[in-house]
Amino acid sequence: MAEQLKDFSLLHSDEMVLNMGPQHPSTHGVLRLKIHTDGEIVSRIEPIIGYLHRCFEKHCEYLTYEQIVPFTDRTDYLAAMNMNDAFAIAVEKLLGIEIPERVQYIRVIMAELQRIASHLVAVGTFGLDVGGITPFTWTIRDRERILDLFEYVCGARLLYNYIWVGGVSHDLPEQFIRRTLEFLDYFEPQIDEYNQILTYNKIFIERTADVGTLTPEVAVNYGCTGPVLRGSGVKWDLRKTEPYAVYDKFDFDIAVGDGRMGTVGDTWDRYFVRIVEMKESVKILRQALAQIPGGDVHAAVPKKVRIKEGSVYSRYESARGEVGFYIIAGGKDKPMRVKMRSPAFCNLSVLSEIAEGWMISDVIAILGSLDIVLGEIDR
Amino acid sequence: MVELFEVRCPGCVTVTEDGNAFNVQAEKWLEVAKILREDPDLTFDSLMCLTGYDKGTDDVLGVAYNFHSMSKLHKLEIRIEVSRDSAEIPSIANIWRAADWHEREVYDLFGITFSGHPDLKRILLPDDWEGYPLRKDYETQDYYHDMPIPKDKTDWE
Repeated sequence: MAEQLKDFSLLHSDEMVLNMGPQHPSTHGVLRLKIHTDGEIVSRIEPIIGYLHRCFEKHCEYLTYEQIVPFTDRTDYLAAMNMNDAFAIAVEKLLGIEIPERVQYIRVIMAELQRIASHLVAVGTFGLDVGGITPFTWTIRDRERILDLFEYVCGARLLYNYIWVGGVSHDLPEQFIRRTLEFLDYFEPQIDEYNQILTYNKIFIERTADVGTLTPEVAVNYGCTGPVLRGSGVKWDLRKTEPYAVYDKFDFDIAVGDGRMGTVGDTWDRYFVRIVEMKESVKILRQALAQIPGGDVHAAVPKKVRIKEGSVYSRYESARGEVGFYIIAGGKDKPMRVKMRSPAFCNLSVLSEIAEGWMISDVIAILGSLDIVLGEIDR
Repeated sequence: MVELFEVRCPGCVTVTEDGNAFNVQAEKWLEVAKILREDPDLTFDSLMCLTGYDKGTDDVLGVAYNFHSMSKLHKLEIRIEVSRDSAEIPSIANIWRAADWHEREVYDLFGITFSGHPDLKRILLPDDWEGYPLRKDYETQDYYHDMPIPKDKTDWE
């Protein structure tokens, strides 16, 4: 008994540890947060990850390069096309092959559609996190149309295995361009509807403006990328700053946070960057659909991928930020080492820094604005 | 960049065989890291990626660091190789915070210790996991919490 009392006396009476997750609707998957609080004020957060670890990197050492592509789908399941594309580009850099222009255009079209679909989930669930249920039903309704387009192209709605090393699995079907343009005509006015119901909603602004400010220096130091970095006002987008594929042919802007509702880099800014990015993606899609050239999509697909010794670090702008693949080839048809640098992994690591001093309910809003996907964090 | 290091820190870096990166001795790493971060001609403010690797051939484990400078727009890869038995590298988590979780991940999967790391513990695997799975000589433990772990890997390939 005395022993126990002695143990208790070591505890600080004013600090409480609150355990959130791994099963919790606001942690967007199986994330566990150990929140140290003083009253209701957060003093420190320890994110505990790994509940969804599926040994992606270990599996890669047992698989040929072509076989890894469907595994990349399952890392970021909300932006699977981006992951396919990022991996394919990394392997193509090692192989040193040229990709036909039509394939480049198809990949850009898929990547931008996927970016819109992923941001729709981000915006919708973020609304849910702070108490708005209707916007979620609207964004999911519109995402459904994008999934229909993907199904039309490759038969799958969530995990595509569409972008192969050197090409894509199927050419675009006949009516695809017409159907995508129809979708864009429908979708563009919808963005203004989201703005009316959520973005400029007074309660939403109260919950998000000035909350969880992330300064540019901290963001860069923690390796934050994508909408989280741009929300802090850093004009950095690999599509523009290090153009890959055919992104240098399109006219679009980088969305950055400007502190319109409060401070630069607050939760509202991170949210709003995604809304603006959807508009920019629509712009890119219209240009790409108008310019797409003809050609054979299988022309550059190698019969067997076999890479001599070498290593590459290749990075790519996915919906969540910079996806990097560090591949060491061992001279066989299987890689010696594949490391995936996951954007949400770095974005989540900054949580404790920016949530410190806010209330527990604000942690939900801040976490929602980071837009994490646990499949990609745990790999 | 090689000349710059010859002036600031002679003998600290050597160019790797493939010419894409610098090799650094583990003992000199902190000194080199400070130069990378603070030298006005380098200003590597962003750590893009940190990869552990095990080539399986020699008795070494390695870590590759990919740096990028947001202002100068240049990149650099640093490789540090240490022996398998005493794998220890100074931590840079206090210079680039991005290294914090990445170093934990390399510790978790390769068993490389990062000395001076603020909170070095497993990140992706359970705390009581035995061994370091991404090492080429890794052998799975027989039981985990009394659950047998399948050893037959014939269908993996």
